[in-house]
Amino acid sequence: MATETGMSLPVRDLKLRMERVGMAFERDGKSVSVLEDINLDVSDGEFICLVGPSGCGKSTLLNLMGGFLVPTQGSVIIDNQIIRGPDPRRILVFQERGVFPWLTVEGNIGFGLAKLSRAERRERIDHYVQMVRLQGFEHTFPSDLSGGMQQRLQVARALAVNPDVLYLDEPFGALDSSTRLILRGELLRIWQRERRTIIFVTHDVDEAVQLADRVVVLSARPAKIQNVLTIDIPHPRNISSARYLEHRDDLLKRIGLAYTA
Amino acid sequence: MKAFNQPGRWEKFFWPLLAATLLLSLWHYSVLWTATQVFPSPLSVEKGLAELLREHVLWSDIADSLRRVALGFGTAAALGIPLGLMLGWYPSANQVLNPVLQILRPISPIAWVPIAIVLFGVGDHAAVFLVFLGAFFPIMVACTGGVSTVPSIFRRAGRNFGLSTAQILARVVFPAALPQILVGLRMALGISWLVVVAAEMIAVDSGLGYLVIDSRNSGKRYDLVVAAMLLIGLIGLALDIGFRRLERIKSVRWGFDHES
Amino acid sequence: MKLLVRPFAFIAVLLVIWQVAVNRDTAQLLPGPFGVVRGMGDLLQHGLLLKYVVASLFRVTWGFLLAAVIAIPLGLTIGWHRRAEMALSPLVQIFRPISPLAWIPIAILWFGVGDLAAIFLIFVGCFFPLMLTAMSAVHNIPAVYVNVGRNFGLSTADFVYRVIYPAVVPQLIIGSRITLGIAWLVVVAAEMIAVNSGLGFLILDARNAGNRYDLVIAGMIMIGTIGLLLDLGMRSLERAKSFRWSYSED
Repeated sequence: MATETGMSLPVRDLKLRMERVGMAFERDGKSVSVLEDINLDVSDGEFICLVGPSGCGKSTLLNLMGGFLVPTQGSVIIDNQIIRGPDPRRILVFQERGVFPWLTVEGNIGFGLAKLSRAERRERIDHYVQMVRLQGFEHTFPSDLSGGMQQRLQVARALAVNPDVLYLDEPFGALDSSTRLILRGELLRIWQRERRTIIFVTHDVDEAVQLADRVVVLSARPAKIQNVLTIDIPHPRNISSARYLEHRDDLLKRIGLAYTA
Repeated sequence: MKAFNQPGRWEKFFWPLLAATLLLSLWHYSVLWTATQVFPSPLSVEKGLAELLREHVLWSDIADSLRRVALGFGTAAALGIPLGLMLGWYPSANQVLNPVLQILRPISPIAWVPIAIVLFGVGDHAAVFLVFLGAFFPIMVACTGGVSTVPSIFRRAGRNFGLSTAQILARVVFPAALPQILVGLRMALGISWLVVVAAEMIAVDSGLGYLVIDSRNSGKRYDLVVAAMLLIGLIGLALDIGFRRLERIKSVRWGFDHES
Repeated sequence: MKLLVRPFAFIAVLLVIWQVAVNRDTAQLLPGPFGVVRGMGDLLQHGLLLKYVVASLFRVTWGFLLAAVIAIPLGLTIGWHRRAEMALSPLVQIFRPISPLAWIPIAILWFGVGDLAAIFLIFVGCFFPLMLTAMSAVHNIPAVYVNVGRNFGLSTADFVYRVIYPAVVPQLIIGSRITLGIAWLVVVAAEMIAVNSGLGFLILDARNAGNRYDLVIAGMIMIGTIGLLLDLGMRSLERAKSFRWSYSED
């Protein structure tokens, strides 16, 4: 719920901490450093956007947070424990083709729910089908869905297992601009209802300012955290308001700087 | 599942050597344990191989097999490529010819042996004919397929620049279809190698296939049989690798970004 | 309907040319179309045709299934574990180009002349293509699916059954179709050398025991037709609804 204070949600416990995280890859025998000295604290229920120039390592950072990669330096701590791999409590939503083409909408949403009783599973699936507004498509295969609907399906599948953290890797990047606007609104709606921690990678400045509580700006490779901006506009955000535009311009400037850093 | 751990470069040599060593040991010891009189051990195969190399017959056998492949494959390519390109370009022609081809294609070249013998007698020509049959259809199918997958954008661009049909075929369609054609050629080469060995077992008196059968028939020399088999495998592999090198020439390489 | 007229007309023309060529050939070595049809009638009458077709199909089925049951899981495993692939791939590459027929002496040594030898040869002919197909199918699984599977914390068995298997099945079917074609080629050749029944044997025998080239060609046509039917059957399997999900854009 939007409040009248600066932040749009009360600060609760620390959910995720990146402590001096660095990541280097071996390529052709040489060590290429992609991320260096990343320090970040994320509170429970926060909406964070990661922005930066193309190829700077945003996705790598997200994969580290999700446990798909192990950092070469430092550690990723979630709920006061160093994470050691992917876990259903932290689900990643991919940019495209993330849904299983051999399962229907229902099948995909129910993918992580094998351990529930049939009744519970049914209930959950129905709940999330409604939430992402895919009613009527329960028995449809992803190949018959539009790109936007497939992404909604992915989000529903992710939410169905009640994760603590949701990572989204440029999830709307492959979609047209009107669909993107609509889905942003839907994501916010869902987030305000379910209040999970969300970490969202994007190269679209508008998207970051529209969605995030805080925006983390990464520099070019080897990426460091250049700035962390706080967007203190309560939701729903008016994209024509002066405050919005201020934040937007500020962010643009900083990303502009990021290219020469 | 733990995170990625990249195998070191030394492992590229270590693992295959380990596997090969294990396999050879397994082979060697099972021959010993079963005390078989006939099946050769790795050592006897090696000796057999040396024997073959010393007797100059081996070289002429290899030359014979390769020659037949070259002739049969070459003819198949010379006829199959133009025909395949034409059929790909004129779908109506393809419609007419296709059913006939679909019926002829699954007939193993080996099934043609009696006909081949009638037409050419026992000997070289029959083998070349069989190789031709084996290579012709894959090449043609690859060419037809290659042409039909050329995006119509390219064809239109060719028209746009005022090229005649022949020019479009030669300068736009053929290069665009080339990766697929080359893959088809490589597969046809592999098939040619299989067919020539088979043909030499039935219809001719020389070549590596004949060597395999003859070693058994005239003296149960299974060490020579296995030696010949290994040679067949190695030469077939060499042909395949050589052809892949060809595919890698830069001007063709653009089509292969997803080819393993 | 109109689509079928032209190809049939073309075939009719070919048949006419064939018949004319035969009529003009005084040596009368090869039969014309009518001779072949009569030959087929002969075979059907003696019940041989059915018997031989069944024999050939029997061997193909057994050889193919045995190869599939071993080669596919093996190939999937090897394709998944990079080190296993490093170890075994060179060996596979050497064995693959060895024509299954080159194994005949060994087949006869181990199994004698008969059904088992033929099945063994088909097994060898199918084994490597199927294994390579399985390996390739695993490589082609989009990384996304693997990551989602890992993300949702699936057990290994679950992961294989619910992610890997559905993802590889379409490619496996295509590979199986091609391999089945190879099996059909091998059985014909194997029957010429190592057995005493089946369509391949028919062809050789018809010639050896009396120059019955009408039977030879009748046999060849049967071989072609059955091979084609097998291929079409597999293709319709590819199209079956539950497999429709596959890579429809490729």
